[in-house]
Amino acid sequence: MSQLLFDTGEWTFDTLKRTYDAIEDVAVREMGLDPYPNQVELISSEQMLDAYSSIGMPVFYHHWSFGKRFARDEAMYRKGYSGLAYEIVINSNPCISYIMEENTMTMQALVMAHAAFGHNHFFKNNYLFKEQTDASGILDYLNFAKSYIARCEERHGITAVERILDTAHALMDQGVNRYGRRARPSLSQEQARAEAREAHARENFSDLWRTLPPSRKGAAKPAKRLEPRRGAPSLPEENLLYFLEKFSPNLRDWERELLRIVRNISQYFFPQRQTKVMNEGCATYVHYKIMNRLFDLGKISEGAMLEFLTSHTAVVFQPDFDDPRYGGLNPYALGFEMMCDIERAAMAPTDEDRIYLPEIAGCGDPMGALKEAWANYRDDSFIAQYLSPHLIRKMKLFKLENHAAEPRYKVAAIHDEFGYRDVRRALASQYDPGFRDPNIQVTEADLAGDRRLVLTHKMHNEVPLAEQEAKAVLAYVGDLWGFDVELRGLNDLGVERYRHEFAPAPPMESGPLY
Amino acid sequence: MMNIIDRRLNPSGKSLPNRQRFIRLAKATIREAVVRSIKDRALGDVGSKEVVDIPVKRIAEPRLRHSAEGGDRDQVLPGNKEFVRGDTLPKPKSGRGEKGSQASPDGEGEDSFRFTISAEEYLDVLFEELELPDLAKAQLKDTSVVRYRRAGHSPTGSPSNLNLLRTMRKSLARRISLRRPKSDDFARLEAEIAELEAMSERTPEEDEKLGALWLEREKKEARSRRIAYIDPVDLRFNRFEATPQPSAQAVMFCLMDVSGSMTEDMKDLAKRFFLLLHLFLTRQYEHVDIVFIRHTSEAKEVDEETFFRSAETGGTVVSTALAEMRRIVDERYPVDDWNIYAAQASDGDNYSSDSQTCIELLTTQILPICQYFAYVEVYDRRQAEIFLSSLNVSELWKDYQSVAVDRPNFAMKRVFSKADVFPVFHQLFAKARNAAA
Repeated sequence: MSQLLFDTGEWTFDTLKRTYDAIEDVAVREMGLDPYPNQVELISSEQMLDAYSSIGMPVFYHHWSFGKRFARDEAMYRKGYSGLAYEIVINSNPCISYIMEENTMTMQALVMAHAAFGHNHFFKNNYLFKEQTDASGILDYLNFAKSYIARCEERHGITAVERILDTAHALMDQGVNRYGRRARPSLSQEQARAEAREAHARENFSDLWRTLPPSRKGAAKPAKRLEPRRGAPSLPEENLLYFLEKFSPNLRDWERELLRIVRNISQYFFPQRQTKVMNEGCATYVHYKIMNRLFDLGKISEGAMLEFLTSHTAVVFQPDFDDPRYGGLNPYALGFEMMCDIERAAMAPTDEDRIYLPEIAGCGDPMGALKEAWANYRDDSFIAQYLSPHLIRKMKLFKLENHAAEPRYKVAAIHDEFGYRDVRRALASQYDPGFRDPNIQVTEADLAGDRRLVLTHKMHNEVPLAEQEAKAVLAYVGDLWGFDVELRGLNDLGVERYRHEFAPAPPMESGPLY
Repeated sequence: MMNIIDRRLNPSGKSLPNRQRFIRLAKATIREAVVRSIKDRALGDVGSKEVVDIPVKRIAEPRLRHSAEGGDRDQVLPGNKEFVRGDTLPKPKSGRGEKGSQASPDGEGEDSFRFTISAEEYLDVLFEELELPDLAKAQLKDTSVVRYRRAGHSPTGSPSNLNLLRTMRKSLARRISLRRPKSDDFARLEAEIAELEAMSERTPEEDEKLGALWLEREKKEARSRRIAYIDPVDLRFNRFEATPQPSAQAVMFCLMDVSGSMTEDMKDLAKRFFLLLHLFLTRQYEHVDIVFIRHTSEAKEVDEETFFRSAETGGTVVSTALAEMRRIVDERYPVDDWNIYAAQASDGDNYSSDSQTCIELLTTQILPICQYFAYVEVYDRRQAEIFLSSLNVSELWKDYQSVAVDRPNFAMKRVFSKADVFPVFHQLFAKARNAAA
């Protein structure tokens, strides 16, 4: 009787189950990974496209931009320009991985190792995910968000909801708290809170008030209700969505709730944006180890192993900078190489490693070192800590300086003794959200006066914003804020480099406010 | 521990609401594209998918992000082959180097967004602002087709429509309010009586009690006989109301002059018009029949192929086609059951002594039974220049103009080129048509 888990490309539920058990044995018992319980869901390619369009989440609210994305992805897929991902994995507890029915059995094995153990372990153990996301509450929250937004659409019309969501999406990247966060109710409590708020409004509703004759100053009254007393904002505030939600003078309660929903979802995805290299590196390393181990144990055939290696190499392929296929550093490639490099340094260190990676060089426990790294770093700090000269040489990394004033690029550092630290620092800052995302804050908002809202972009190295887009976003903000808004760009010396202003059109004759 | 769930049977198309929202947003652009497409579509192709280019500006998703140019920036690249520290490289001419580009695909570079709408969506947009003329609808109302719809409950009706649940509820309410003795009461009474009767010796009090119980039983029995378990007043029946159903079938007559003077060009225009009308009617009615009648000096019903393809020679007597149409209606399409539409295409030629017959046939025989009669006069490219001025009109056009007066179910238009077909069609059926007229 052969020990093979499967011997054809076709999968069945039986082989899936058997293979999963074998993978779990390697991952948990031998490698000591610590994942959430797994839930593997089989979907068709059609459903994969669906999931794509709602940023990979199983339930999501409706918005035209997802329809646009769907139309584009579908066209690309139908014409064969792009394939679909083999899997989608969700940071939830239990951890849900979607695998496609079109995959061969080998691919299913690869995908389960990659998503259900690699990503899953990372989600459960990395400090950013632990601190900033609530894996057990996210699906409930998305359900709440979907039905809440659907109800708003019913009650207030799709256009009114889209007005808020368009703005919220435009500010999504600026809708996160970057550093830590104060204690707040878990996501699953949000629903209860929103419901309680509504229930309170309902209970205190009395039809009697409607029958009162309108006072002579009737027009002034509703305006008053629009502006409940809110605490004075503490400026500067970098979370623009938060600021609008709390202090925008012109929003109704449900509109604030919509901003809040988008903000919470943005915050949920924020750790993923900061750990792309590590997350993919971790998952790729894990699937590579597991598949090789299964092969060594005689559980998968040589044919399947070759198929696996083909797709694995395609995933970790890094074209050179002058290759027409080059499209930036491939996070899979960089991540995988770094994980392998850590393993190498732990097992067979050189003298150089003892200087550059003293903590792990020769420690003899690569999994221990890796798990430590996966738990306590994000991309920029991980690169700053672990990118070794060996890997810099292997990938032949070099640093290019591009000064606006100079007519030519300058090679500032290459893979030599003088350049290692420089390259490492530059690459790390390339992944630092503090450098990567524009630093934009609310700096002035005279709530008691003319209510002019001032956003300040603290430019780093004089890098401006994409101007047309910035103006469009400013118009969105002005529309929600309801008063003049202004975006200033200050360079490192505090000198103003540009200024965009937007004055919203005076409000139309407003209809009933509630 | 693993849970494996097969989701393949879940409905796909979860993204449909997103798509609808997207289409709503891009509606103006899609409309333009659809109207443009109808001009240069191949025949028979109308009603299939359409690829639409949407200027990205209308559906942009702007974000605050760094520009691809300007400022000082460092980047780390892989695959150094020959550079050493201090080397310099020329910057690419085109400002936007492929290297430093951080702009996403959604960024400023993209000019338009291309996507495909389905045939259904295409037709929705195409016929969005069109409707059948009011007059046609008024006639729809008094058609004889009747459909039964549930309409609450009534106290009378046929036994087969008895609503048991309602009836029993009524009966229960009545029995409670009239205090009809329940079977439980009887059972209790019987038990007590049986107990007393079974005694071999009874005290006088017990005798008296027995007597009272007998009396009570008799009273109760009488009462329950008087108050029926189910009374006719309890009965409730499901009520059905007959609602007149607009006749869901239509017949469309295509009349065309195929004499030698009709060139292929003109037939092509006519065909486009017929095609649109057919599509439009198919969306309004469950069932649409088409009858093709071509005529020279005499008219004949033919199949579609012959209608558009084969050429005939001979004179032109329009009235023959009208007479033929009337004959077919009488023969096969009872006016009560069918909505009748007619579209006539011609180059405007007619045998001069035929005008009077024509007008008479139309006004007395055809128009009274038609929901709508549309006349389009087609011109080929050469004639178009001559006839473009409204002063130069054909014989038939003049005759028909006199018919058109005061007859809202008759409309006439002239079509000079492919590009005109849809606008003309649109004018004929636009929602505002009747308001404006």
